[in-house]
Amino acid sequence: MTTVYSDRGDDAAAQVPMRRIKFTVNGEKKIAEVEPRLLLAHLIRQGLRLTGTHTGCDTTNCGACTVLVDGQAVKSCTMLAVQVDGREIQTVEGLASASELHPLQEGFREEHGLQCGFCTPGMMLAAKALLDRNPDPTEEEVRWALSGNLCRCTGYQNIVKSVLWAAAKLRAQAPAD
Amino acid sequence: MSQAVDEIKIGGLGASRKRVEDSRFIRGKGNYTDDIVLPGMLHMEILRSPLAHARIKSIDASKAWDIPGVHLVLTGEMMASRNLAWMPTLSYDTQAVLATDKVRFQGQEVACVIADDPYIAKDACEAIVVDYEPLPVIVNPAQAVADGAPVIRDDKETQPDNVIYDWEVGDRDGTDRAFASADLVSKLELHYPRSHPSPIECCGSIADFNRATSKLTVYMTTQAPHIIRAAVAMVAELPEHMIRIISPDIGGGFGNKVPVYPGYVCSILASILLERPVKWIEDKSGNLISTGFARDVYLKGEMALRRDGKILAVRMHTDADHGAFFSDAQPSKFKIGLMHSAFAAYDVPVAHLTARGTYSNKAPGGVAYRCSFRVTEAMFFQERMVQAAAADLGMDQAEFRRMNFVPDDAFPHRTPFGFLTDSGQYAKCLEVGLKAIDYENFRAQQAEARSRGRLLGLGISTMTEPLGAGNSREYDILGIKMFDSAELKVHMTGKAIVRTGARGQGQGHETTWAQIVAHELGIPADDIVVEEGDTDTAPFGMGTYASRSTPVAGAAVAMVARKIRAKARQLAAHLLEVSEEDIEWALGRFYVRSAPDRGVTIQECAVAAYANMPDGMEPGLDATAYYDPPNLTWPFAVYIVTVEVDPDTGVWDVLNMVAVDDCGVRINPMIVEGQIMGGLTEAYAMSNMQFITFDADGNCVGSNYMDYLLPTAWETPGFELHSEVVTPCPHHPIGAKGIGECAAVGGPAAFVNAVMDAISGTGVRNVDMPLLPDRVWEAITYRRDVSGAPPVRSDD
Repeated sequence: MTTVYSDRGDDAAAQVPMRRIKFTVNGEKKIAEVEPRLLLAHLIRQGLRLTGTHTGCDTTNCGACTVLVDGQAVKSCTMLAVQVDGREIQTVEGLASASELHPLQEGFREEHGLQCGFCTPGMMLAAKALLDRNPDPTEEEVRWALSGNLCRCTGYQNIVKSVLWAAAKLRAQAPAD
Repeated sequence: MSQAVDEIKIGGLGASRKRVEDSRFIRGKGNYTDDIVLPGMLHMEILRSPLAHARIKSIDASKAWDIPGVHLVLTGEMMASRNLAWMPTLSYDTQAVLATDKVRFQGQEVACVIADDPYIAKDACEAIVVDYEPLPVIVNPAQAVADGAPVIRDDKETQPDNVIYDWEVGDRDGTDRAFASADLVSKLELHYPRSHPSPIECCGSIADFNRATSKLTVYMTTQAPHIIRAAVAMVAELPEHMIRIISPDIGGGFGNKVPVYPGYVCSILASILLERPVKWIEDKSGNLISTGFARDVYLKGEMALRRDGKILAVRMHTDADHGAFFSDAQPSKFKIGLMHSAFAAYDVPVAHLTARGTYSNKAPGGVAYRCSFRVTEAMFFQERMVQAAAADLGMDQAEFRRMNFVPDDAFPHRTPFGFLTDSGQYAKCLEVGLKAIDYENFRAQQAEARSRGRLLGLGISTMTEPLGAGNSREYDILGIKMFDSAELKVHMTGKAIVRTGARGQGQGHETTWAQIVAHELGIPADDIVVEEGDTDTAPFGMGTYASRSTPVAGAAVAMVARKIRAKARQLAAHLLEVSEEDIEWALGRFYVRSAPDRGVTIQECAVAAYANMPDGMEPGLDATAYYDPPNLTWPFAVYIVTVEVDPDTGVWDVLNMVAVDDCGVRINPMIVEGQIMGGLTEAYAMSNMQFITFDADGNCVGSNYMDYLLPTAWETPGFELHSEVVTPCPHHPIGAKGIGECAAVGGPAAFVNAVMDAISGTGVRNVDMPLLPDRVWEAITYRRDVSGAPPVRSDD
């Protein structure tokens, strides 16, 4: 993350403040130099080149930029990068393992839960935050949990089915108590 | 010995094949415009006008130039010096790229900054000082034509007022005569409000001009890359073969990504001037206040009726507010698009429509938001008018429709406005819908509920939409005829690649085009890759909007596959050592008619095309097809909604929604149903909450997602879909009709009719969309019609 400015003979460029932060993304430890005003979404997209996190609205409404910070679903367009210092981020790129899709990813494909795909990463992460705390949600609970994420293509019916599909698979996979 | 392959197993026609696109999207590996990073890339931001109408006295950009990391500040003056301050629109008007003389709507592009990163570019935009002299503002057609109204387009010498066109179609005298003989005349007046398609992904581009090769490559959020290439060639005066437009993955379009926007042009000029890639990604407010609005039409009409319920004639007038520039992205020869498709499903003997278009101080509108060029307004008015007429006659809503439908045996049917509808089973669709909603039983429940003060309502809407622009006789964009294209290359091993001139934005082309090829050739769909959106590799086509992909590009895919099959047949004859006439086709296999055990597969023919062709035959197995549709396709649908309205608050809830869509043959039923559910949701959004309007000063109210409410998973009702009725399109190679937009076109009237039915006891004739609780409450409480036309009242 290097920025080179033209030298105009003044010290304006030297006055751009920078902060050093340490964080974990998808299990990998990172260090970054960032401007204090840098948004988390832009750290993820431009700094880390993880472009599965999308920005749609800039006002925390659409949820396309949803990631998990310490397991909580967060809209990364309205969180500053410096706020994740010492914390753990999970993005859509961290959902699948090398050989296997996450059940949410399978569910979205099986139930036609996406069309243009732009809202999908945010939807899946919001859903993951739900299923992590409630493995057996009702349709109503799924709808409420996803109500911070907008989709213009699907009408949500298949998204809800996708999440319920994933919940069922995760429950089947879970070790018996 | 080889047998015909099982079409469903190979992912052919009718298979609910899982989508190919999903593999990358679910992994976050899509490739949208903003995901692309080029070496040395700079970032552009646009400074927009805060005022709706004002003269620009001066622009001082000196402080912006002083910010470290700023490379270029573009203003209208600089654009004008390169003859780029104005550009032609797709409707033969002009549009300002960057304002020179005055600003004509809030959000208009005034200047651009190109800098090392978008944060610096935004800082620099804020450092630009513009001195404006405010002018009187026009936000509706009545103001536009009022005496003494300021002329918005004083840049045009031939424009003395704010009227863009006066247009008419139909039989005026015949309609007058029919009205004179009517037993009853039913009237209705309403406003179809402005709406914004608002895909989640905003617009953007990355222009990359390479001085060494003179080639301009532009990555762009466009639904129609070839049209953009033609437009760039005209506007930027660059040779067409030196322009490459690439439309990567698109995060939703819905018509918003058809027009040519100033941001695209500015990024191109900046890249040429700086000789570096320049990326422009719009923010949400920029998208909502400046790009492709839709609708904003005032509709007035009347229906001449015989006492027994027969429709004798229809008369309509439309006043369309096009905003500051007439930039409708519509290809028909008709000024108000396909508005005169209204009443096409009904047997109306004679009709007449007049249309007037006016300028206003609002962003340019008129994009076909999930519709075929004003069909949404046409069908909405049709179904609201039909409901009003049935009520005026005292007839049952379903019976009135049934009585006036074009009957199944009357196709092809010439509508009173001159369209030729191709096929349909309208009454059957209605019966399926009524049965699904349990019509008689609901009416009984409704009466019982009303006696206890509860307001239940049922709304019916039907629609037939002319989809698949064009034919080339009546449809063109900038003179380019509305055909489409497909190229198919079958490799030696029988695998294949298809390219088309369309560009999907979530419709699943990569999945369904392969299914059409599988249907025609018997090659498994998984063996076929689909590629679209790159003008250097795709055959020339007109893009994806107006539900035209399957009707036109999809037809081209079928036709090109048939060309391949014809050549494969020659190869088969050669391999089987018989004459072509002695060969039969079973899916995936040619065989000898007299000896069916002797056959060759399509894959074996493919090998032969490269390794064992007969003497004199051109090697290879490639073809291209251009398809000029003989007519539009005419899908039909019935949507029925039941609601309950709370009389104390005006809030209404959907109880049930049934959709019966007859779109002909379904290529991939899963994808078709996905399209219908998406359309129904947008219909619900428009009728219920999606509200973007203007105050008296021309401020856009609804300029962000805090104010412009889109439905979430929480509000969106469930839908019951029916696919029992299938009327294949008689002129489409595989019998398919368009489907992507039907529900968004026909759906809104079902919701509004349901609410109006629930409050029918008030005598209220119309409440304008969106049916916000305060509007419904006002109608119930004061028993009066509620208009939603701008300017919004001060208490809104």
